[in-house]
Amino acid sequence: MTAANIWAKDMALLNGAALEHDQKREGRQLFMLCSPGILLAFFLLCLPIGWLFWFSFVDAAGSPTLEHYSRIWNEGAYVQIFLVTFETSLLVTAICILLGYPLAYCLSQMSQKWSGIVMLGVLVPFWTSLLVRTYAWLVLLQRKGVINNLLVDSGLISQPLPLVNNLTGTIIGMVHIMVPFLVLPLYASMKSIDGTYLRAAANLGASPTKAFWQVYLPLSLPGLVAGMVLTFILCLGFYITPAVLGGGRVQFIAQRIQTSVNLYPTWGPASALGVVLLVLTLAILLISQLALNRWRRRLG
Amino acid sequence: MESHVTHWQRWWLYGLTGLTIFFLVLPSLIVIPMSFSGTTSMMFPPPAWSTRWYEAFFSSSQWLTATWVSVQVSLCTVIVATPIGVAAAYGLHHGRFVFGQAIYGMLIASLMVPVILIAVGAFFLFAQLHMVNTKPALVLCDSLLAVPFVLVTVSAGFKGFDFNQEQVARSLGASRLKAFFTVTLPQVRASVVAGAFFAFIIAFDEVVIASMLSGGDNATLTNLMFASLRNEIDPTIAAISTLMILLTTLPPLIGHIIMLRRRRNAL
Amino acid sequence: MSRQSEARSSGRALPVTIRNIVKLYGPVRALDDVSLSVTEGEFVTLLGPSGSGKTTLLMTIAGFARPSGGSIAIGETEVVRLPPHKRDIGMVFQNYALFPHMSVAENIGYPLRLRKMPKAEIAGRVEHALELVQLQGYGERRVDQLSGGQRQRIALARAIVFEPRILLMDEPLSALDKQLRERMQIEIRRLHDRLGMTTIAVTHDQREALTMSDRVAVLHRGQLVQFDEPRRLYERPVNRFVADFIGESSFIPVTIDRGVVRYGEMLVNLAGPAPLADAAQLLMRPEKLIISGRPLEGNINRFDGVVQDAMFQGESVLLTVTLAGGHEVHARIPNRQLDCRFLPSVGSAIQLGLCAEDTLLVPEDAA
Repeated sequence: MTAANIWAKDMALLNGAALEHDQKREGRQLFMLCSPGILLAFFLLCLPIGWLFWFSFVDAAGSPTLEHYSRIWNEGAYVQIFLVTFETSLLVTAICILLGYPLAYCLSQMSQKWSGIVMLGVLVPFWTSLLVRTYAWLVLLQRKGVINNLLVDSGLISQPLPLVNNLTGTIIGMVHIMVPFLVLPLYASMKSIDGTYLRAAANLGASPTKAFWQVYLPLSLPGLVAGMVLTFILCLGFYITPAVLGGGRVQFIAQRIQTSVNLYPTWGPASALGVVLLVLTLAILLISQLALNRWRRRLG
Repeated sequence: MESHVTHWQRWWLYGLTGLTIFFLVLPSLIVIPMSFSGTTSMMFPPPAWSTRWYEAFFSSSQWLTATWVSVQVSLCTVIVATPIGVAAAYGLHHGRFVFGQAIYGMLIASLMVPVILIAVGAFFLFAQLHMVNTKPALVLCDSLLAVPFVLVTVSAGFKGFDFNQEQVARSLGASRLKAFFTVTLPQVRASVVAGAFFAFIIAFDEVVIASMLSGGDNATLTNLMFASLRNEIDPTIAAISTLMILLTTLPPLIGHIIMLRRRRNAL
Repeated sequence: MSRQSEARSSGRALPVTIRNIVKLYGPVRALDDVSLSVTEGEFVTLLGPSGSGKTTLLMTIAGFARPSGGSIAIGETEVVRLPPHKRDIGMVFQNYALFPHMSVAENIGYPLRLRKMPKAEIAGRVEHALELVQLQGYGERRVDQLSGGQRQRIALARAIVFEPRILLMDEPLSALDKQLRERMQIEIRRLHDRLGMTTIAVTHDQREALTMSDRVAVLHRGQLVQFDEPRRLYERPVNRFVADFIGESSFIPVTIDRGVVRYGEMLVNLAGPAPLADAAQLLMRPEKLIISGRPLEGNINRFDGVVQDAMFQGESVLLTVTLAGGHEVHARIPNRQLDCRFLPSVGSAIQLGLCAEDTLLVPEDAA
């Protein structure tokens, strides 16, 4: 290192301050591009939810209280609603996996042409409006609807089944809506599984079934978990489908939140329910993310 | 991917898949014939055929007004959400922010938060501002829901784009903005259009927030449909549903065909 | 020399003055106090291995990388704080970056459209630019219809059509095959002479640098090591790195005691005074070593050694010789100098001659 270089290190960089100023300004300009989105999210998402948090801890007079939460905890009706929402969401997620995993697997194995056509069958309902699909299920599931008529006419049953305006109809409708949410991330993950793993397994003596259970399934697990978590979280927050297909007999958390807004003079009860739902959603997201990260680290 | 397992051995897999696809597509298919039913009952197959429900829709001022409201709100959502999403995608792609991940998370948060909470929160917010039953309130909320879709779609488009071209354009005399509009945008057009389309559909289909924030004169199409489904089912819904299916299915199909044709011409 | 005077006489070229450029990435100095002056109309190449900072320096001149400190002046204008589009530079990127959504003519006309030139004038200039790169009539082609070499020339045409003051090129020939590359080296140089622009190019290929440039700036680990004409870089490298990077080289350690240079016990004659140090490395270019059966005349240093290997390489034979001190050196003998009787066999003793003028010393440390 020459003497001149050592001296340059001690000396301030030529134009250093000005160049740093320019750098910061450019950073600010790029940040400004993100700012409308950030402002929108702040004012319409963060702020209102912050308020909801606040109101959940405040009573009619404005003083802090836990009465809204204790009401949820103590009153059987609330507990029932939570249980129904959870159990139904779990059931729906399980059915989606049973139907969706084979579908995603099939899609990933098909040729370009066929997978395009089948994918269309997944995407078209996915794009169709929620109300339209709910209405269609009403038509299909009612006492004199297509399904019951088919079953009665073919002699399988003597009386039409109550398929709608109850939990059954809600589950059917929810499964129909959520299957694409499970299939799409799962398919993406399956597509990225290297086929050489399976060929290696076959080479080493594994039957196709064994290769599937011991090699393919574990590799597809991250995609499956991602799809599962997404499905479950969305199920928890369902509103329209239980409202329409449940015929008033089914109450999910979301519906209860909505009625609480109209029922009570303060925001307290609705807010408390909302906070619980949000915290549960975030907790599930966080846990699944941590589990996925650990899994990914193991897979290397 | 080639497999050493034959097609015949997998018959059960194909069967199950076929049934699942049938299950998925069935409701959409049912609706279309239903819309041509001649009766008010929800019998299927319909005992008589007619186009009366389409006539009912197009002659009902209530339905048409509501549709017009939905169209207005959706178009405004596209106008608001698309630039916001594109700008954010560009800023995140080029800026090296310390909190880049946090910003991204905040922008897509509305995907994960249950809609009912957004609806209640927005209701509260706009109640304070005396803006509850207004179109701008709906546009803002729908934009909040749409921005993540635009952001993700356009970001994916950016990933496949060689930004050296933007640098070249700048070296040739174009400012960043000009380079973006003359070089980058024409080439990522497809993803921007896709994002804009998503924004439109999300706003058009949105039910929960609309049910809390609009009604009466400002009732959206979804408001009326939702009410009808809960109370007395107006068979006009079948006709509207068919039209909505066409609205959401045709543009992506047409876009797909255009893309295929363009690829064939280029060869 | 004739090369430069043509360009300078056109009067449009500008000098580029780079002072004290520092680029920090955290604690890493990608560019460490680099200063160099490019005269108007000169063709300068930035040469170095990957990671040397040459591309970073070029990007700094272009305006795509902001230095942590320093000054860059084009002519009289300080440009280091200007955004790229205000610096009036032409640039050819490594992957050409032609706009696929425009035709060739639209690509070339792009900078002219930005400058709001009238359409007729744009068309004329585009045609002229296409002529300069010998692709007349290609205006309506699409980018994906062009070969690699053609794309390179279109990128060049686009970079010069608006007559920028300086031209920058980032590894312009690296994507081309060998034959095309050598042809393009000559074409680019010819174009440069014709247009008279100050040109700064980046390459990692030393042959390319020596062929095309008026002067070459060798960079190593972010520092400018030597900035000289190709011949001087080759004949008078300033340290071991430059000697090693440009041309072939072998080194043997020598000691210096009161101006007397010795290899072991052997006295070494230099053409000039010895450097002020206790030790140095003696640079031996393989092609400068002489083997001969007859006694050699003039001031020649003779090194005794044993042949370890003789590799026939077509136009020359590469000998690996172990000298008395145990050091291994290479000697390259052109095949006109050899005949069957005098081809050195493995294991035989040999004497290598090195003229005093060709005997170079470089500093001990490996910079």
